[in-house]
Amino acid sequence: MISIKEYVAPKTLDEALKVLESSKKATIIGGGAFLKLGSINISKAIDLSKLNLDFIKEYDNKIEIGAMATFGDIERSKVLKKYFNNALGLSVKDIVGVQLRNMVTVGATVYSRYGFSDILTCLLSLDTKVSLKKQGEISLEKFLIEGSNKKDILEKIIISKDGRKASFKSMRNSKGDYAILNLSVSKKDDTYLIAVGARPNRATLAYETIKYLKGKHIDETVIKKACEIIEDEITFGSNIRANKEYRKGLSKVLLKRALTEVVNYEN
Amino acid sequence: MKINLKINGEKKVFDVSADEYLADTLRKNGYLSVRKGCDTGSCGACTVHFDGKAILSCVMLSLRADGHEITTIEGVTKKAEKIGKYLVDEGVDQCGYCSPGTIMSILYLEKCIENPTDEEILHFMNGNLCRCTGYVGQLRAIKKYLEGKK
Amino acid sequence: MKVVNNPISKVDGMGLVTGKPAYTDDLASSNSLIVKVLRSPHAFAKIISIDTSIAEKIPGIECILTYKDVLRKPFTRAGQCYPELSAYDKFLLDEYVRHVGDDVAIIAGTSEKIVDKAMKLIKVEYKKLDPVLDYLSAEDSETIVHPEDDIYTNIDVGFNKDKNIACEVNFSVGNLEETFKKCEKVITKTYKTQAQSQAMMETQRTYTYLDIQGRLVVVTSTQIPFHVRRILSHCLDIPRRKIRVIKPRIGGGFGSKQTAHSEFYPALVTLKTKKPAKIIYSRKDVFRGTTSRHSMKFDIKIGSDSNGLIKAIDMKGLSDTGAYGEHAQTTIGAAGKKVLTLYNKVDAVRFSGKAMYTNRVPGGALRGFGVTQGTYALEATINELAKELSIDPIKIREMNMIKKGETTPLYNMTTKDASDDPMYMDSCQLEYCVSRGKELIKWDEKYPKIKVSDKRVRGVGMAIAQQGSGLPNIDMASASLKLNDDGFFTLMTGATDLGTGSDTILAQIAAETLKIDVGSINVYASDTDITPYDSGAYASSTTYTSGNAVINAAENMKKLLIKYGAKYFNTKETNIDILDNYIINKDNNKRISLKEFSNKMIYDYPHMQLLTTGSYVPKKAAPPYMAGFAEVEVDLETGKVTVLDYVGIVDCGMVINPKLARIQIEGGIMQGIGYSLYEDVKYNEYGRLMNDTFMQYKIPSRKDAKNIRVEFAKGFDKTGPYGAKSIGEVVINTVAPAITDALYNACGVRIRALPITPEKVFLKLNNK
Repeated sequence: MISIKEYVAPKTLDEALKVLESSKKATIIGGGAFLKLGSINISKAIDLSKLNLDFIKEYDNKIEIGAMATFGDIERSKVLKKYFNNALGLSVKDIVGVQLRNMVTVGATVYSRYGFSDILTCLLSLDTKVSLKKQGEISLEKFLIEGSNKKDILEKIIISKDGRKASFKSMRNSKGDYAILNLSVSKKDDTYLIAVGARPNRATLAYETIKYLKGKHIDETVIKKACEIIEDEITFGSNIRANKEYRKGLSKVLLKRALTEVVNYEN
Repeated sequence: MKINLKINGEKKVFDVSADEYLADTLRKNGYLSVRKGCDTGSCGACTVHFDGKAILSCVMLSLRADGHEITTIEGVTKKAEKIGKYLVDEGVDQCGYCSPGTIMSILYLEKCIENPTDEEILHFMNGNLCRCTGYVGQLRAIKKYLEGKK
Repeated sequence: MKVVNNPISKVDGMGLVTGKPAYTDDLASSNSLIVKVLRSPHAFAKIISIDTSIAEKIPGIECILTYKDVLRKPFTRAGQCYPELSAYDKFLLDEYVRHVGDDVAIIAGTSEKIVDKAMKLIKVEYKKLDPVLDYLSAEDSETIVHPEDDIYTNIDVGFNKDKNIACEVNFSVGNLEETFKKCEKVITKTYKTQAQSQAMMETQRTYTYLDIQGRLVVVTSTQIPFHVRRILSHCLDIPRRKIRVIKPRIGGGFGSKQTAHSEFYPALVTLKTKKPAKIIYSRKDVFRGTTSRHSMKFDIKIGSDSNGLIKAIDMKGLSDTGAYGEHAQTTIGAAGKKVLTLYNKVDAVRFSGKAMYTNRVPGGALRGFGVTQGTYALEATINELAKELSIDPIKIREMNMIKKGETTPLYNMTTKDASDDPMYMDSCQLEYCVSRGKELIKWDEKYPKIKVSDKRVRGVGMAIAQQGSGLPNIDMASASLKLNDDGFFTLMTGATDLGTGSDTILAQIAAETLKIDVGSINVYASDTDITPYDSGAYASSTTYTSGNAVINAAENMKKLLIKYGAKYFNTKETNIDILDNYIINKDNNKRISLKEFSNKMIYDYPHMQLLTTGSYVPKKAAPPYMAGFAEVEVDLETGKVTVLDYVGIVDCGMVINPKLARIQIEGGIMQGIGYSLYEDVKYNEYGRLMNDTFMQYKIPSRKDAKNIRVEFAKGFDKTGPYGAKSIGEVVINTVAPAITDALYNACGVRIRALPITPEKVFLKLNNK
């Protein structure tokens, strides 16, 4: 059960930040779709929907996605379809249903660092920065590890348009369920970025695997070795959807599939 | 707190509390087609259109709807009856509890995609759960409806 | 035949799909008090103290009730005919809580917010007790789930609360030991099933008020209005004549509403405050506070000759009935009775079943009702026997299954008050079901598997099943027909349409008998004040049992029409015929329309209301049969199983309404796919539910549905209404064993516990 005393929809980011800092129990409301799962008392709910943060903008060297852009916006975005082999669009498309995707926002997902998230894993395999009102730009990698230092508002995320090829893979049992595991691979020049999420903990980069693959020509032997590395380096856990042994095994399958796909995109 | 909305084309002012959800506000004010099945945005029975987009009213705070347009099935009776006939003809009306939400999703589907494939229909409708029909009959009905429009 | 065997649309269909107000919450008055239940956070505890004083002071709180405020009188919430086979082991509220979600206090106030606030302010001190969480070891547990002495059973069902045994069911034929000795092949296998949630879209909900005479009116989403009236009368200690139960449209049941749940709380509040009250269960309330499908474990031993002729079956079943014994005896019983009867060539057969109390959410009715669990275990074992003997699974069915005109003494043994006369299965079309399904799935091309690639392989598997059609000599249905002026009829029936379309089907049956068009019949159903008795919508009884009652009512109406028609035409009764809404004098071919006739009856001569009633109780088992065929694709790397195609051929006798029956099959198969692959009500080590929302508990979604193909066998059962048997439940039973074998045939992995998750398959694939 949640209870909210007061609800404000500020017209500017500064105003929003002011409200946020005014009370300990002031909270930003993103899409609001997962609000009901918690049991919290909110003194002031801050609605960012009046701040025009629902954009997806393309620049010469980057793409900016506003905090209030929904998964539906991402799935339908013509801009995002052009880049990273549409990995971002594909990473959100299996999430429950179209109505929920029309509500769930990128900002809330990133800021909350949900473990079950699919898009976070995909974003982590790209060169993504998080832009916070107070703390400025932080790499998503760092933000996922450390979170926000202080009460802050996530304004947008910024993705480098660096010509990466990317492939996102997830494994779910029922098609309407959360992922048991997800994994995303991107490649730029001779460097791979590999992120694993829904472990069930939040997404992380597979540093050792990335190191191993750098500059390698991908063949069966290399994939086999990479799979051995990834299952060793990533910490997997158990939850209602699966045990860690299965996730471990899955990580190899998804890595193989994503790597193969990225290589195919290159050719 | 007061909110101003346009529901089914009519301007309305409702008094809502800060932690009230749109599905409850709508039901309280007589829009009884809006059904609650899960309370967690998981079943689609509460689907309404928000500025033309399908959303789940059971997980949307009513205050967020301030200044926006909401459409429930009560506002699209003619269209709903047309689709409804196909559902009933196929026998997939069954308990009917999820049907208004399903029809709202079908209306959103046809607005978004012209001549959808089976895959696209299933993808678009995946957020509407139904325990009675097993879905395959609903797919038949939706296809016949879309075919019949041509 | 004109009206029957026609795909008529549901009479309420258009209203329902376009969102017209029709369900319980739509009908509740806006000034109803909001009622909620405070539920136990512990699996097993004794309430040491409970303080409601602060909560009661909140403005708008009308009443808070705890076990100290309500009558202590044991009863069962199970919707069964009196005397029930379920133990009287539940109290309105008790000082013990026996599962997470068990009821602790009832709170009523003027708004949901106020009630939520009050709920948080009730202080309960619990003494936590060691819970019994594993039904497999419940018998020897130190913990007794029901330590109280005032609970009892009405009928001897082997109830032994000191050993946590809710009931036992045992029956056997022949000399088992001797027969096994003679068998050339004997296999023993163990299969386990999980708890499944009914997951109907509309949760339990009830609205109560006092009518002008001070009687309690209960508008409720139920499958059992008449049982609800009797149960409420018993536990609230008020006469039945002071209670009226009305079932409006309901958003699905699947057995969830065959147990009374949400009725007690607003009823208590209304009786206490004299105000209207309503309770709307949240999905969490449903998971924690109602029932789910009984988990069961079966040890099955089968003996055959080397050709696969089955000689002996020994089936031991254990069931988890959770904290209360609702439907415990009947489900574990059905797991034997309506399963073992499939194989009638045996020389010896034995069933021993036991249901155990645990501190989990009670087991309850769910489509298939034990038969689903039992069929899964037996059919999966028979598929294993076929494999071990290198016989095609279809061949072993053809050799051993019951066929048209055959019988088994088990039918007599397991049918209440049955005579010694053999019950022949004259209408059994299993042979056709199997051969047609084999053809449709292209068994000979696909069995056992087709390799798609190194990573993907497809396999096929099959199973057969039956169910009952009502409960012979137990469940009774009745219906009344009234001829109104202007020539239309009101069909009043106690039968309870859950959305399945039974109102429509019963109207079709009445129209067929009266030889009138179906539009001339209005159905009014499920109101204990007005409609005649019906035991309710369960045990696949409505079309068969209630349908026969409707025929009887209609035949009686016909007699009256003939009698008064003869008077009108001043002729002999044998000269009168009724056809196409006319009464005809065959003697001179003169005719009068029912419209004109009824207007004369009412306004002219003889100033008389024609009203007839018919009742029916089944006398004989009339099982529907089904053969189910699954084609699955297995991802050999991830272990994921996808059902590509499911073929179901059903013998439900004459199909009254092919359109609605078809959807029953498709929906049942999909529910079976959920049971086989996804659904599992899980508990943690403290007995807390881990997936008590639809966010975590996943029923199949639309994208999980690939191809489902269904057909009917041309059947006719002479005891059924126009030859019909039941359909609602049989349709779920073949799915799990067929998928289990299809998986094995695809890749050699045999999973003996549901659900078949990718994880289980993956682990076996990698540890072969």
